[in-house]
Amino acid sequence: MNLEKLKERILTLVPEAELEENKQFLTFFIPAGKLHAMALRLKEDEDTAFDYLFCQSGADMGKYIMVVYHLESTKLGHAIVLKVKTEDRQNPAFDTICDIWRTAEFHEREIFDLFGIRFNNHPDLRRLLLDENWVGYPLRKDYQDEVNIVEL
Amino acid sequence: MKEKDFRDNETLKSFKKTGRGILLTTIDDVIDWGRSNSIWPLTFATSCCGIEMMATGAPRYDFARFGIEVYRASPRQADVIVVAGTIVNKMAPVLKRLYDEMAEPKYVIAMGACAVSGGPFFYNCYHVVRGVDHIIPVDVYVPGCPPRPEALLYGVMQLQRKIKLATYPDQIKILKI
Amino acid sequence: MKEDIHTPVPSIEEEEYHINMGPQHPSTHGVLRLVVSLQGEIVKGLKPHCGYIHRGIEKMCEKDTYPQIIHLTDRMDYLSTHINNHALCLLVENALQIEVPERVKYIRTIMDELCRIQSHQLWWASFGMDLGGLTCFFYGLRDREKILDIWEETTGARFLQSYYTPGGLMQDIHPDFQKHVKEFLKYFKKKIRDYEKILSGNVIFLERSRNIGLMTKEEAINYGVTGPSGRGSGFSCDVRKHHPYALYDKVEFKEILYQEGDTLARYKVRMDEMYESMHIIEQLIDNIPEGDYTAKMKAVIKLPAGEYYQRVETARGDLGLYCISDGNKTPYRLKFRTPSFSNLSVLDHISREFKIADLVAIGGSLDLVIPDIDR
Repeated sequence: MNLEKLKERILTLVPEAELEENKQFLTFFIPAGKLHAMALRLKEDEDTAFDYLFCQSGADMGKYIMVVYHLESTKLGHAIVLKVKTEDRQNPAFDTICDIWRTAEFHEREIFDLFGIRFNNHPDLRRLLLDENWVGYPLRKDYQDEVNIVEL
Repeated sequence: MKEKDFRDNETLKSFKKTGRGILLTTIDDVIDWGRSNSIWPLTFATSCCGIEMMATGAPRYDFARFGIEVYRASPRQADVIVVAGTIVNKMAPVLKRLYDEMAEPKYVIAMGACAVSGGPFFYNCYHVVRGVDHIIPVDVYVPGCPPRPEALLYGVMQLQRKIKLATYPDQIKILKI
Repeated sequence: MKEDIHTPVPSIEEEEYHINMGPQHPSTHGVLRLVVSLQGEIVKGLKPHCGYIHRGIEKMCEKDTYPQIIHLTDRMDYLSTHINNHALCLLVENALQIEVPERVKYIRTIMDELCRIQSHQLWWASFGMDLGGLTCFFYGLRDREKILDIWEETTGARFLQSYYTPGGLMQDIHPDFQKHVKEFLKYFKKKIRDYEKILSGNVIFLERSRNIGLMTKEEAINYGVTGPSGRGSGFSCDVRKHHPYALYDKVEFKEILYQEGDTLARYKVRMDEMYESMHIIEQLIDNIPEGDYTAKMKAVIKLPAGEYYQRVETARGDLGLYCISDGNKTPYRLKFRTPSFSNLSVLDHISREFKIADLVAIGGSLDLVIPDIDR
């Protein structure tokens, strides 16, 4: 499916998506409240059929915190990027999508561990890589740790 | 290897005990010779240096000819723990527990730059222990990233010389400090 | 009075209990802790605990320049060192739209395939050892030394070379490189038949791996299992075929797929991949063109602001590098999507209802490298 048709099809399925400038993949910003419903539509529709989530990462952009989803279709061969963001740095929270793509279970635990973003309805949200009683979220830009980090 | 080819012979001479008893000297020598030529390590490999340790046991560099015949999976049966790889904050209590579970006399070889001092992960890292001697007392340091198998064998030979010099009761005294 | 020896023993309730395959274990291949809940000998579920080798590489990358990050990518999945370096070099070169010389592409492809063979040799050695055949360990590592000799001659290091750099290579290949690679191919073609004789036809091995750890194609896609583990279930995910890079669109090779989805299928995929890698090297080794070994790059590399994603096929699966750059000489955020991370998440699902001895075989067939999971 060529890019123009793909863009139109996605905008019909998920009308609230906003396109973003990106040379490599079609990128859409989605409002955080509608994430689960829209992701399910993108997976189940036959023209888009995004069944493979190949990367889910968090990013701290200073003003807002976002989660980026890279989706691909194994049958049709196209790939897009979805993003959700929030300006709430104290308690960022999004809906989980691990019931749609099971690979998200581990990815969301890692994002919770390193950024502090909670995922609602996740079956087992606890720290994955760091110790259970670690304080703080290391990959945030405002993480200070005089004890552990030796600055160069 | 000849004695003059080894480095740092002075430190080794300072370990030598003076004024040993006359009666049991030969038996002590035999015991030390036996102990130094059959040190059995614990299977402990955290990251990349573990692969070089496996390569040292492989047919080309074969450390079984130095007496390291088998790897023991249980700490109770092992003599030496070769800390190969980075130790992080989450792994540190586990390493301490393994060291405590080993039976006396026990030795530690710190293999690789990460175990010696934190290595490439010294700066800007929030989770790495900068040197395994923060946790357990180390006998021999083998630097390198990763150290070549020949370097690990040299480290093992230094450990053998160290074991031969001190006698059994003395070593218990040193380790208790 | 004599006790009646025929009174029945009161029935003991079988309960689920948890055992800990702790961080220090001979067959977890690294520091992975599995808390396995068992009923008798049947595995009812398991919870992996990672993080015992989490070195915070992603945070360190935010303070390092791009050529410095090459050394960190080496240490992440230390058995596919060249391929990890290749990913970062391609990310930088595609973002700056630099064309590397043909000679560089040939050498990079040949080194990548040698890396893949070497990784599968070590996997075969440790897989055989886990199942009890210690001979496999010695055979596999003996043959792997030949590849390490070739690398040592050219790059100076046996292991963790950091040979690639954005724009090309650190230095040119040794004049004897082609001769030694051809000798290795001749030698290894004979030896790999020994591997088949020892393990692939062995009755004990077949009993321990047939129909063990079944994974369907839908599960592989859903859990994101790529690489030989996914291709053993019929999931066609080879990045070299779908999104070709370097010279993979110009050489002829097959993507190995098996449909059964058990441990034996994953084993056969890796054995066949060794043959395919040798075939790729044979097509390229005699035709390396003359030229520069690096393109002209500026002294300080700054990526233009934006987002970039680069995928390569390591020996374990699909490695992805996601970079958000704000125009400085260090990346703003660099995320590594590593294959072993997703491969681990399926271990719980596919080992249910099998015995605990099978868990070792399943874990070995997924070929997990733990620093790849924890980064």
